[in-house]
Amino acid sequence: MTAAFDILLCVMILGTAGAALFLRDPLAAIVFLIVLGNLLGLAWLTLDAVNVALAEIAIGAGVTGVLLILARARLVALGDNVVCEPMPLWARLGAIALCAGFTAVLSCVVLSITPDSGLTARIEALMPRIGIENPVTGVLLAFRAYDTLLETFVLLGALVAVWSLGPDTAWPHPPAALRIFDPGLRSVAGAFGRVLLPMALVMAAYLVWAGSDLPGGAFQAGTVFAGGLLLAAIGGAIGLPRADSPALRLVLVLGPLVFLMIGLAGAVLGRFLLFPDGTAKMLIVTIEYALAASIAVTLALLVAGSPATPDKQD
Amino acid sequence: MTWLDYAVIVLLFTGVFFYAAGSLGLVRFPDASSRLHALTKADNVGLGLVALATALHWGSPAIAAKIFAVWLFAIMAAGMTAQLLARTAKDDDEARDPP
Repeated sequence: MTAAFDILLCVMILGTAGAALFLRDPLAAIVFLIVLGNLLGLAWLTLDAVNVALAEIAIGAGVTGVLLILARARLVALGDNVVCEPMPLWARLGAIALCAGFTAVLSCVVLSITPDSGLTARIEALMPRIGIENPVTGVLLAFRAYDTLLETFVLLGALVAVWSLGPDTAWPHPPAALRIFDPGLRSVAGAFGRVLLPMALVMAAYLVWAGSDLPGGAFQAGTVFAGGLLLAAIGGAIGLPRADSPALRLVLVLGPLVFLMIGLAGAVLGRFLLFPDGTAKMLIVTIEYALAASIAVTLALLVAGSPATPDKQD
Repeated sequence: MTWLDYAVIVLLFTGVFFYAAGSLGLVRFPDASSRLHALTKADNVGLGLVALATALHWGSPAIAAKIFAVWLFAIMAAGMTAQLLARTAKDDDEARDPP
């Protein structure tokens, strides 16, 4: 039964991936990419990698899907009829060769890590020292913390890049693309956003807290709250902030800043990102809450887009 | 197998049947309103039955409460998107050939 389910899942993953690649209609291809993300999440779930499954569905399928749909809608609004031109043969063969090569290298790397390579034992030996139960959080925020720190800078850099795409006249006005203008539609979306936003906040806070011992964590929580913020913004329940608002900028840098400060404090005590024994859990949870707030606002503003000239707004 | 296992199986199959019916409607019906009609009604019944089956299968009140929350959010989101889609489709139709 399980084997049948696994095979069916693999076939569906390959099928949706093929559909996303070969469909000429960009919107249909995006929809298949979103379905692919959800199926991949299901695949991670069958491998008991709940953390990865959550991240894949929330970020890989959710945020990426919304970004692609909005990017297409904006291109169409600008008069670009988004079509996929047939690719020349050399480009197809090149793409196949590159992807096959990359897949082969990745497979070799993944398969070279055997269950008895000793990594599990090393992590398990180190976990009691940081006082949390979830080994994924342990790796992300203690043993390989600088990776996560750099990721948060990448996210911030992406937002700066998106902001820099706005016209000069738009700076520093809030983005406008997400608002629904039809009053009937807006009242429906607004009511939903008002109900959902506080629940998304509670859910996000729970996911960060649970992340110490169970699957969850700052990225998953940030995405959930970003979703709540976006739905509330679409219905007009909350306004999007100006890009030069001091409060907004504080929230955006809060996560990376707290992370960096704690890292530097560790450097004073001996090593960058060193958590002194007994304080590790407190420091990790502090970093995670700050990170979740920054990630939520950054992701929501990434989806909302660059600043818009005020006369285009309602 | 206890009567509970049988109940789970019956609920699951009935739920999947409603999902299949809703999906068939999505594919076969001609316009946006009737497609939404099939999806919103049949799929919500399907979701409710599958959620009930899952809650019974795990048999723990804490898990059942979580599944109830998932069900609640899903039907709220479904209701909201159905409203948005239906209103947008209606506006599009009226824009194409005014009444």
